[in-house]
Amino acid sequence: MRVGVVTFPGTLDDRDAARAVRAGGLEAIELWHGDADLKNVDAVILPGGFSYGDYLRCGAISRFAPVMTSIIEQANKGMPLLGICNGFQVLCESHLLPGALTRNSDLHFLCKDQVISIENTNTPWTSSFSKGQEILIPLKNGEGSFQCDDATLASLEGEKRIIARYVGENPNGSRNLIAGITNTRGNVVGLMPHPEHAIDTLTGPSADGLGFFTSILNAMVK
Amino acid sequence: MSLDTVAQAVARPDTAQPFKELGLKPDEYARIKEILGRRPTSSELAMYSVMWSEHCSYKSSKVHLKQFGEKAPKSDALLVGIGENAGVVDVGQGYAVTFKIESHNHPSFVEPYQGAATGVGGIVRDILTMGARPIAVMDPLRFGPADAPDTRRVLPGIIAGVGGYGNCLGLPNIGGEVVFDETYIGNPLVNALCVGVMRHSDIKLAKAAGAGNLVVLYGAKTGGDGIGGVSVLASETFGDGGSTKRPSVQVGDPFVEKVLIECSLEIFAEDLVVGIQDLGGAGLSCATSELASGGSGGMKVQLDKVPLRDPSLSPEEILMSESQERMCAIVEPSKIVRFIEICKKWDVTVTVIGEVTDGKHLEITWNGELIVDVPPRTVAHDGPVYNRPLAQPEYIDRVNAQTISVPMPQSSAEIKAALLKLVSAPNMADKSWVTAQYDKYVQGNTIQAQPDDSGMVRIDEKTNLGVAIATDANANWSYLNPYQGAKLALAEAARNIATAGARPLAVTNCLNFGSPEDPGVMWQFAESVRGLADGCLEMGLPVTGGNVSFYNQTGDVAILPTPVIGVLGVIDDVRTRTPMSFNKAGLELYLLGTTHSDLAGSEWAFLHGQRGGNSPTADLQNEMNLIEVLLAGRSEKIFTAAHDLSQGGLAMSITEMVLRHMVGATISLKDTAIDLLSETPGRVIVAVESSQAGALLDLCAKYKISLSKLGTTGGDSLVINETTISLQELKTAHTSTFPKLFG
Repeated sequence: MRVGVVTFPGTLDDRDAARAVRAGGLEAIELWHGDADLKNVDAVILPGGFSYGDYLRCGAISRFAPVMTSIIEQANKGMPLLGICNGFQVLCESHLLPGALTRNSDLHFLCKDQVISIENTNTPWTSSFSKGQEILIPLKNGEGSFQCDDATLASLEGEKRIIARYVGENPNGSRNLIAGITNTRGNVVGLMPHPEHAIDTLTGPSADGLGFFTSILNAMVK
Repeated sequence: MSLDTVAQAVARPDTAQPFKELGLKPDEYARIKEILGRRPTSSELAMYSVMWSEHCSYKSSKVHLKQFGEKAPKSDALLVGIGENAGVVDVGQGYAVTFKIESHNHPSFVEPYQGAATGVGGIVRDILTMGARPIAVMDPLRFGPADAPDTRRVLPGIIAGVGGYGNCLGLPNIGGEVVFDETYIGNPLVNALCVGVMRHSDIKLAKAAGAGNLVVLYGAKTGGDGIGGVSVLASETFGDGGSTKRPSVQVGDPFVEKVLIECSLEIFAEDLVVGIQDLGGAGLSCATSELASGGSGGMKVQLDKVPLRDPSLSPEEILMSESQERMCAIVEPSKIVRFIEICKKWDVTVTVIGEVTDGKHLEITWNGELIVDVPPRTVAHDGPVYNRPLAQPEYIDRVNAQTISVPMPQSSAEIKAALLKLVSAPNMADKSWVTAQYDKYVQGNTIQAQPDDSGMVRIDEKTNLGVAIATDANANWSYLNPYQGAKLALAEAARNIATAGARPLAVTNCLNFGSPEDPGVMWQFAESVRGLADGCLEMGLPVTGGNVSFYNQTGDVAILPTPVIGVLGVIDDVRTRTPMSFNKAGLELYLLGTTHSDLAGSEWAFLHGQRGGNSPTADLQNEMNLIEVLLAGRSEKIFTAAHDLSQGGLAMSITEMVLRHMVGATISLKDTAIDLLSETPGRVIVAVESSQAGALLDLCAKYKISLSKLGTTGGDSLVINETTISLQELKTAHTSTFPKLFG
C-alpha cells in the first residue's frame, strides 16, 4: 500500500507525515511539487507547512503545481486524499473542498494540544474511529479559521460532511467549530489539526492521530 | 558618485573619507592606511568599517574571551571549537551536534518583528553552515517592565517575529526565557539559539582552499536592507533624538531560508563544497574575507556579478548589505554543474562571482576595475584589539552592604497571598501566551519543550539518542556579583539539563552588556567572562562558541549584566528521561540540596523593589555531585519526576509541578518563608515511589547531597503546612498574567 506525501517548497511536516504513514503500516512515497508523476500511489497526503511561503493566500500558489494537476484528476476518480493544515488550505484553494481557512480570530499563530471529536467515520481516513470519539492532537497554525457561506455550511452539516469538530472553546473562530471536512464523495478530507504529530506519547500529546493512518490502511486492504 | 578604484586611491591620496560616519576611530583609519600603504578605496573602507566594528571584530572583548581557550578543560567531545561559525560536539553513535546562541538586540528594538525574525534566521544559517540540519531553536528574551507602554509595542512584535520565522522554517521552538526588568526598557534582549545535527564526516568549515576553485553566491538577491547593521546599529549606544535607524534593520524571508536549508543539505549530501560561509553581519565583506583568510589566502571576486534586488546599489553598499538568506560556497570547477542543478531544483538563485587564487590578496573588481585589493586577514582577523580600562563600579560595595528587608509571610493568609503574588508576577507567570505562538511539534522529535527545565529533541529514531539544551541567566545575581553570577548561570543551565537525566557536554554563551567604553561595564564583562571560564574549567565543560553584545545602553543607563549561558547535554535514550512533574498521587517528594537564607537577587526581593545584598557563592563541586545524583537517579529508575529550583525558589517549583498535570501535593516546611522564597542554588525537587526512598537515600549519601523529605503528592490542592490553596486558584493566578497584559 503506497501513500504519497507531497513536498512543496516550504512544506514542513512532510517527513512527519511520512513517519506517520509508516507507523500506520503503509509505505510512504515522496512526491515532488514539480513532478506530475504520482508514482502509482494508492492515496496522497498534502502535509502542513508554508508552501511557497504562503505570502499570498495560503495554498493559493500550490494549487497550480504540476503535481496538483495529477492529484486533482485522481481525487476526482476517487483516490483517497488527505490535506493536513496547509494541505487543507491547498484543498480549499483547489476547490476540492469548499470554504476557506482564514486568519485565527485572535490573529496569533496558535500551537496547542486540541481535543476534537470525530463526527464522520465513513471516510477512508476516519474509519478506525468510532462516531463521536474524542481525540487529542496538536493544532498549530496561523490561518485555521474555517469560513464558508451559510448555504455551504448548511450542506456540510446536512450531508454529514463535517468529519471533526473542536471540543471546548473555539480555538480559532472556525464556523460551527469545524476542524475538518470531506467532499461529497467522501474520499477527500481536509483537517486543520495534525494527526501525524500524535502517533506516540513520546513526541506527541497522545497516539490518537494514528487512527487516520490505520484507517487508510483498512480502506486499501478492503 | 564616480567609482573609487585602487588606482584612484593611489592617485588621490588626500581625498577626505567618511570613516567617522562608518563608525571607525581616527587611529583605526590610520591603521588601515598603514596596512595598505595608501588610503583605502571607498569599498575597502566599507569592508574594514563593518569587519572592524565591535560586533564583528570583538575588539573590546577579545582580550577577555581568550580565557575560554586558555582555561579550556580537556574534552574528547569537542570536534570543532571557537572561531568557526559554531562549535561542534561529539554526542556519540557517529553523530555530531552544533549549537550556538547569538544576539539580535538592537534591531529588535528598532523593528521588533523583523529584528527578532532575522535573529532566528542568522543563527540558523550559522548552524547550517557547519554542515548540519538545524533541528530546534530557543529564544531567551528580556524586556522592560511588563506593564510599560513600550513593552506592549516591543514584546508582541518580537514574539511574533521569532514565531513567524522559526515556524515557517519548520524548526521546533523548545524553550527560552521571558524576563522583565526596567533596565531593558530601551534595550530589549533578543537572543536566539539554534542546534543542528550531522554525521561526523559531514562537518563543513569556512575556508577557501585550492586555487581555481569557484566562489559561488547562492540564495536571496542582494538588496539595500541592513546596510551597516553591525557597525551602525549593534556597535553604538542608542541616543536621544537621533535619526531613525530603521534602514539598518534587515528584512527576513523565511520561505527563502527554508528552501536554502533544503538546497544546502542536498548540496552537502553530495559533497559538493570545499568550504562554506553564510552571509550574516557584514554580508559579503565578511564572507569573502573570512573564507579567503581561512583558506590558501587569495580570492578574486567580480562584484558586478552579484544578483541585485535593487540595481541602483553601489559597490560599497553591496559589500556592506546584510540582506538575509544568502550563502557563499567554494566549489571545485568539476562540481559546479551539479551544484547549479540542485539550486535550480529548489529555485534558488546561484551565481559564480569569483575564484580562489594563489596570492595573498582579496581582489574585488567592479566592471573590470579593481576596487578592493587587501590582505584578507587584515580585514577578517587583524582588527583592532582594545584593552579597555575597567574598574569596579562604585555601586558594588554599596549594594553588597545593603541588607534585604522584605515581608516574610508567617500566617496562613500571608503565605497564600505571597504564593499567589509570586506565581502571578510577570517573571514567574505561565508563558503559554508566548510559547503557544511557536510550533514545538514540527519535525516530530520534540521530547521536551517549555515549561520543562530543558528542551530535548531526539536525534535518532532507532536508538532514541537525544540532546537536551537549557539557557539561563540571572542578571540580578550578575549585577550584585558578575563573577558569581556567570558561574551560577552555568550551574543552573547544567542542572536544568541534568534533571531530565541528560549529561552536560558543552557550553555556548551570549554575553549582553552595556557600553564597553564605560569602565564599570567593562569590569562587569571581564568578571563575567572570568567567572564563566573558571566555572567551565571546574565543571569540565568546553565553551564551543558564543557571542558578545555590547552597547545595550540608552544614555547612561546600561542593562543589567546579562550573560546568557547555554548548556548542551546528551541522553542515550530519550524514552527514559525523568519528566519535570508527576501525574499520580502517593509519591514521596524530596528536596535535594540545602536551603539557606538567599534572598539577595531573588524574585521575592525584586517584587519588593530591592536589588541589594550579596549573591550566593557558586559551589560547583556540589553542583557536579548533584548532577551525578540526577543522572544516576534516571538511569537507575529511581525518580518519577525531577524539577530544578531557581527563580522563585521552592514556591515556584512546587507550583509548576502541581499545575503540570493538576495533581496536588502536601508538604511541610520548618522555616516556611525562607524555605519557600530563598533561591539558594544547587537544589532540585524529586518525586519517587515510596519503594524507591531507600535507594534515593543511598544515592544522596554516596554523592554527599543533603536530602529532606517535603511531603507527598495527591489531591486537588497545594497544601503547605496549614495553608491550603486549590490548584484551580493557583492555576488562575499563574496563567492570567500574560493574557491580561498582552491580550
